[in-house]
Amino acid sequence: MKRGRTGLKSSCQAFPSQERAKRQKRGASSFALSPAEDWGNLPHHVVLQIFQHLSLVDRARASSVCRRWNDVFHTPDLWRKFEFELNQPATSYLRSTHPDLIQQIIKKHAQHLQYVSFKVDSCIESAEAACDILSQLVNCTIKTLGLISTARPSFMDVSQAHFVSALTVVFVNSKSLSSIKIDDTPVDDPSLKVLVANNSDTLKLLKMSSCPHVSPAGILCVADQCHGLRELALNYHLLSDELLLALSSEKHVHLEHLRIDVASENPGQTHFHTIKRSSWEALVRHSPKVNIVMYFFLYEEEFEPFFREETPVTHLYFGRAVSKEMLGRIGLNCPRLVELVVCANGLEPLDEELIRIAERCKSLTAIGLGECEVTCSGFVEFVKMCGGRLTQLSIMEEVLIPDSSYNMEQIHSEVSKHLGRMWFPDMMPTW
Amino acid sequence: MVVNSVHWFRKGLRLHDNPALQEALNGADTVRCVYILDPWFAGAANVGINRWRFLLEALDDLDSSLKKLNSRLFVIRGQPTDVFPRLFKDWKVTRLTFEYDPEPYGKERDGAIIKMAQEFGVETIVRNSHTLYNLDRIIEMNNNSPPLTFKRFQTIVSRLELPRRPLLPVTLQQMDKCHIKIADNHDQLYSIPSLEELGFRTEGLPPAVWRGGESEALDRLNKHLDKKVWVANLEHPRVSTCSLYASPTGLSPYLRFGCLSCRVLYYNLRELYMKLRKRCSPPLSLFGQLLWREFFYTAATNNPNFDRMEGNPICVQIPWDQNPEALAKWAEGRTGFPWIDAIMTQLRQEGWIHHLARHAVACFLTRGDLWISWESGMKVFEELLLDADWSVNAGSWMWLSCSAFFQQFFHCYCPVGFGRRTDPSGDYIRRYIPILKDYPNRYIYEPWNAPESVQKAANCVVGVDYPKPMINHAEGSRLNIERMKQVYQQLSHYRGLSLLASVPTIQEEAEPPMTDESQTSSGPDSPPRGPVDSEAAGCSTAPDSSTVCASSTCALYPDLEDTPSSNLSQTPCPSSGSHTQPSAAVTSTSASHPPSTAAPPSPASRPVQSPVSKSEPSSPSSSCLTLSPSLTSATTLAQTFQKRKDLTRKVRRSQRQRGQQS
Repeated sequence: MKRGRTGLKSSCQAFPSQERAKRQKRGASSFALSPAEDWGNLPHHVVLQIFQHLSLVDRARASSVCRRWNDVFHTPDLWRKFEFELNQPATSYLRSTHPDLIQQIIKKHAQHLQYVSFKVDSCIESAEAACDILSQLVNCTIKTLGLISTARPSFMDVSQAHFVSALTVVFVNSKSLSSIKIDDTPVDDPSLKVLVANNSDTLKLLKMSSCPHVSPAGILCVADQCHGLRELALNYHLLSDELLLALSSEKHVHLEHLRIDVASENPGQTHFHTIKRSSWEALVRHSPKVNIVMYFFLYEEEFEPFFREETPVTHLYFGRAVSKEMLGRIGLNCPRLVELVVCANGLEPLDEELIRIAERCKSLTAIGLGECEVTCSGFVEFVKMCGGRLTQLSIMEEVLIPDSSYNMEQIHSEVSKHLGRMWFPDMMPTW
Repeated sequence: MVVNSVHWFRKGLRLHDNPALQEALNGADTVRCVYILDPWFAGAANVGINRWRFLLEALDDLDSSLKKLNSRLFVIRGQPTDVFPRLFKDWKVTRLTFEYDPEPYGKERDGAIIKMAQEFGVETIVRNSHTLYNLDRIIEMNNNSPPLTFKRFQTIVSRLELPRRPLLPVTLQQMDKCHIKIADNHDQLYSIPSLEELGFRTEGLPPAVWRGGESEALDRLNKHLDKKVWVANLEHPRVSTCSLYASPTGLSPYLRFGCLSCRVLYYNLRELYMKLRKRCSPPLSLFGQLLWREFFYTAATNNPNFDRMEGNPICVQIPWDQNPEALAKWAEGRTGFPWIDAIMTQLRQEGWIHHLARHAVACFLTRGDLWISWESGMKVFEELLLDADWSVNAGSWMWLSCSAFFQQFFHCYCPVGFGRRTDPSGDYIRRYIPILKDYPNRYIYEPWNAPESVQKAANCVVGVDYPKPMINHAEGSRLNIERMKQVYQQLSHYRGLSLLASVPTIQEEAEPPMTDESQTSSGPDSPPRGPVDSEAAGCSTAPDSSTVCASSTCALYPDLEDTPSSNLSQTPCPSSGSHTQPSAAVTSTSASHPPSTAAPPSPASRPVQSPVSKSEPSSPSSSCLTLSPSLTSATTLAQTFQKRKDLTRKVRRSQRQRGQQS
């Protein structure tokens, strides 16, 4: 790997003539490889194609075979996409990208990088190392950037100044960023301003769930300026009527995907505002196919402000107990619902609510129920109404309460019949 | 010719339904029953005092039962490989018998002993009695790979003949025929060690909640069956507060140590059911717990890495956190969540917890809250849990952490709500965490939310007398569900918005046609086969020594060791950083396998990419026949994902078509 670089172009040009010369030498009768025609003489594009199928480690090994292969190893095409893995032995079972490799990339391939991601473990040193690399990516044209915490989010532990300055290096230097995934980081309003100032024409995707230093005004500025934004992920406290209207302006492309996380720490500590029905309507009018995904992690009593009016949500996940009443409201007010996942509910059967959902949520194709209760008859009724459109049906076995019509043995054949495919409830081991 | 038998007890600590012991007695002139134990090693091993106590009690019980038959148990201190040559010589042994151990470690150990016995001219007889079925047969029936879903497993089992009928207990008559003179110094030489001898301190040790031994097991079996009749609900008992406490009818530790034969339990349940339901053949669900045990044994028997993530072809590679401090809080019941802490306290004190409680603490440690590897949790259970079988323990942990067996991961047990639903009054918590006993019901599951006045009135201030919660559950579960989604989308190559669709559907579940399943629902017996026939069949197929060739097991799967950790992922295809779809690129970068890790893509994961597997997705298992077991299971996984990809493509196509129509 440490061998000197030969100009890529020259090797490409030199190759065909050698090849021709060899062929002439070889003559028609000989099928054996002549000493001159070995693996080292494969055309550049062939080696490149092979290299594209190899892992980085294998490529690195192959590159030490000969100078020619080493040249191919450094082809910019092979360095467009890179994932830095930064882990500490004390906190992770995973290995890290070798520091020498990181140095080599910064030196030789920074300008080739286009799709870059950083995977860090829960240790602050890993996140800081990621920031250090980011700050060195001065000469590059990154298109997509992902900062991913594989365990506890450690970017949050990095000093905000350090993080923000590293991130803005990329924002400023890569003027054609299109996708940015920076969930659980200390990104703030000023850095978003820098992003907008340099990349407003190209930005298409921004995922920034749980970024506590961003304000509603900060994200509104992004929506106002980046008219190509098609995918957005954020927390509920950043969602405002203004934001929805900005995303629905005439200049703005159709929004494809809006992901909203709604979480609270302790009961009663957070007050949740409501979004006007007219704002939702404006969004759907502008982007009729938009998927609106909401993940809830709330206490039961905190659901009050939600789904009181028609809400165009398509995917709903309730990570905590959600009340029967709330599920009733979903049946009434979420006509676009595609997927519903309920982790837990009280001990009252949800028959009515499910049947209403089947009746009114005509696009529903996926449902998952954890600690809930539904009678077997109620469930069969629900499935019958939805029929084959239920492509995902994940129901914990304990959810279903046998009644006079169906016992546990019968329910699977009945449900399978209505679905038109084999179906079983999900089981947990008794152990 | 004189036959001097030695029966080697390991698990299977019983005289009833013990086929290997029967073989020892068969035509023998002398029989000695031995148990081998290394006291020095015992203290060092990661096994807690409750488990040792249970074992010693079981040995005690075995010894007193043997006494009644004018024999004794010989407890021999040392390692089997050192002990046996000595015994073979001293006792002029000609026959060695023991129960088949299906676990990889046991197979290896037994292989060495069988070889050694051969060298000494000692005949070895091994009989299968720790599991209901011959596990190799199940694997064979599933195209030579262990079933990866419980449904598939049940389907296979329903096609098998009934388990072999249990054998009668050893009788005095039988024993008298091979009587040996017990030496006067027997107790000096071969006594059962005390806990002190094993290096445990016993002062202040509370009495055992679960008393080890066959007599206790049989006693409990009767109560267990009585209760079943009394409850008159044989299939699905609903969980209540009472279920959380150790029950005098619980059997799992006795099955673990083989104090109770699983076949005896099986046939008793079966007969009881047929008596109560008037000859109706019982559904498989009647044997739920027994079959789960069998399922995990089958999955583990050929997989020496079954108890770890690395190098385990069926285990999803998840980037767990390493955090010894958090692990210790969990293991010692100091999480600050009373429900979790009460369960861990019960486990430490008594050695048993209800399966829902296991789900709760396992989920909390792994995918639910702490994001710590299931291997760490498994080791804590290994130390504390009386019924922790190696296979069942590891398998259940993989299951509960959604690391294998194709689980939906959306369902995350809440450390507050789940307990409250099971035991609204919180009496269970008051029993195991007495410091919280004066908390009102409303706050007993979340004391940190109680107003200060309430905390003071209850004489337990959170942060002073009882720990604050170690993690914010809402935040933890939010992060963890995202991470699980990341991991699973990488496996299934699914990039859509559906959470449920992120989990790859498993091919084998789709495999059995409707008709087979209807058979399952009607029970393990096909209708024409009456109980009489099956009994006869059971007898004729009885002791199945042919199943065992333990000595060759190590040689059979040499490549298992060498298989590089299967990352179940593909090398990233460079073209996926597509120029035309930049928005998808971040998703694909984040999901793709890290190219920089030193582990090269394993050969096991290659079939996904090979055009061959793409072109014939319909017959995956037949093509696996020639592969080694490790490859086979990995291939099954890989092809499953391939299938998911096809499916996704199909769905997308149909969605597109629908889009065009509308």
